[in-house]
Amino acid sequence: MILADSARYALQAITSYRLRSFLTLLGIAVGIAAVILLTSIGEGVHRYVLKEFTQFGTNVIGISPGKVKTGGQPPSGIPTTARLLTMEDAAALKQIPHVTGSTPTVWGNSEVEGNGRLRRTTVYGVDADFKQVFSSTVRIGSFLPRETTGSSRAFVVLGSKLRNELFGSENPLGARVRIGGLHFRVIGVLAPKGQFLGIDLDDTAFIPAERALEVYNREGLMEIHVTYAEGVPSSKVAAAIKERLKLRHGREDFTIITQEDMLKTLSNILDILTMAVGALGGISLVVGGVGIVTIMTIAVTERTHEIGLLVAMGARRRTVLGLFLGESVLLAALGGLMGLILGAGTAQMLRLALPDLPVHTPWNYALGAEIMAASIGLLAGVLPARHAARLDPIEALRTE
Amino acid sequence: MSLIELSGIERTFLLGDSEVHALRSINLSITPGEYVAVMGPSGSGKSTLLNLLGLLDRPDAGTYHLEDRDVTTLTPDEQARVRSERIGFVFQSFHLVPRLTAAANVELPLMLAGIVPAERTKRVSQALKDYGLTDRAHHRPEQLSGGQRQRVAIARATVMHPAVILADEPTGNLDRATGEDVVTLLEGLNAQGVTLIVVTHDQTLGARARRQLVMEDGAIARDSGKG
Repeated sequence: MILADSARYALQAITSYRLRSFLTLLGIAVGIAAVILLTSIGEGVHRYVLKEFTQFGTNVIGISPGKVKTGGQPPSGIPTTARLLTMEDAAALKQIPHVTGSTPTVWGNSEVEGNGRLRRTTVYGVDADFKQVFSSTVRIGSFLPRETTGSSRAFVVLGSKLRNELFGSENPLGARVRIGGLHFRVIGVLAPKGQFLGIDLDDTAFIPAERALEVYNREGLMEIHVTYAEGVPSSKVAAAIKERLKLRHGREDFTIITQEDMLKTLSNILDILTMAVGALGGISLVVGGVGIVTIMTIAVTERTHEIGLLVAMGARRRTVLGLFLGESVLLAALGGLMGLILGAGTAQMLRLALPDLPVHTPWNYALGAEIMAASIGLLAGVLPARHAARLDPIEALRTE
Repeated sequence: MSLIELSGIERTFLLGDSEVHALRSINLSITPGEYVAVMGPSGSGKSTLLNLLGLLDRPDAGTYHLEDRDVTTLTPDEQARVRSERIGFVFQSFHLVPRLTAAANVELPLMLAGIVPAERTKRVSQALKDYGLTDRAHHRPEQLSGGQRQRVAIARATVMHPAVILADEPTGNLDRATGEDVVTLLEGLNAQGVTLIVVTHDQTLGARARRQLVMEDGAIARDSGKG
């Protein structure tokens, strides 16, 4: 029997029971739609989170004091015996090949007073390389100047929100600002950067790291951030940094985290999340599959005559098996297609209705879902189709 | 040369604990172009004989030669092929597929045999024309009268040009006049050289055949063909 004929025969059988086929198909459609919708949301969240983390560029390596051992990283703020990372360490890392920038980082929360107003905000102690490491842009004035260690002047660069809060539309350049008892002169304002996981990146003040150490009365840096040339493998740069710092410290008492590692881990976690929600949708798909088994079993019973007739007309057992399997697969595949449209449509509508909710339909998942639907049809059809193929034609023709 | 040659055919069924001898030592020879009526009371083994001739059933013992070929030893797939190409069935209750049009019903055997669509269309329209069903081609069985339904079934049985037509009570569900038409149709086919074997209760229908087999308790009690 020609394949196209088998398909047509199966389709005719499906369309001759419109309501029944539609309802069966709906079971699969709902399952597939659920899978599509849930994975769309999962994938959307995945992309959103990764985007948040990569907005500073992907070629960043962070170095923090203290070696992460099996006990985990010592929580910051609690005194540790780990040797401190110093301004000199940060400066030394600038010399490593492929490294394009290295900024010491110290941060804290302080009251910033200027123009007669007061605001509690996050204060970062960094150096001139910060602008490049975190791909920030200066709106007016300039960023912190490049200075030799030990002679950093008391300058401050404001985040755009802090500037608005303190100075409004006035020109803040040259104004004096007091942070934790020390006076700073405003030399620049950064362009707005938005939020990162709910933290306002524009409600900040940037001062030289040396001054920040003074403000917060710290001996060592909290972190050093290093950027390296695009295209250079992060592991190579990380190894060079490790080498250099070990030489300076005498042992490995620091932790290097490349953003690549971090993103990979994060991406893996989010992938598992997407798969997990997809599997939840899969449960409804299984229910749909049971519906197909039911309807196909009924169909075989109802069409006993037809099966006997087909055998009498010279259909081979395999042909009968194929016809009923084909019907089951076709039913499921049609349901899958409907679910695909339903799911993707709902995802799109969600995107329109709730622009904040990250939704993205991953088409490989959609394709996977369609293949899954067809496989469920195949699986669901096996029992009824085998039953059909094994019918005794004499009995089948006799039943009235 | 004979078309059908049965020798020493035995067939028993198990009904509960008791064995039923449906066919016992059947020896039968039918030559091409014969018109045979198989008669006898219910349970005499007529239908079993017909099923056996149609390769829907296998004998427990004995051999069945169809066109000088031992068909009892064939594999199920080979038997399916013989059914497809050499045998046409006509049933009492027509057994048309209700969701398919008359044309599609006639087309079924051709489709199962894997004949290409262009050739199928040609043969189907010819068959419908032969049986006066051209204007009924796109009607479904429920829209056809009993006589028309049986004509569709006969068209379906003959569209593959079989050597033998096995008809099981072909007029059983028809009134006398339409039954008469159908029998005339079948006899017309026989006149063209197709071997016709009809199983019937109906004495008058049976009497029209050139050869009568009367079965009793699974054995051939009388065979008018054996002189």
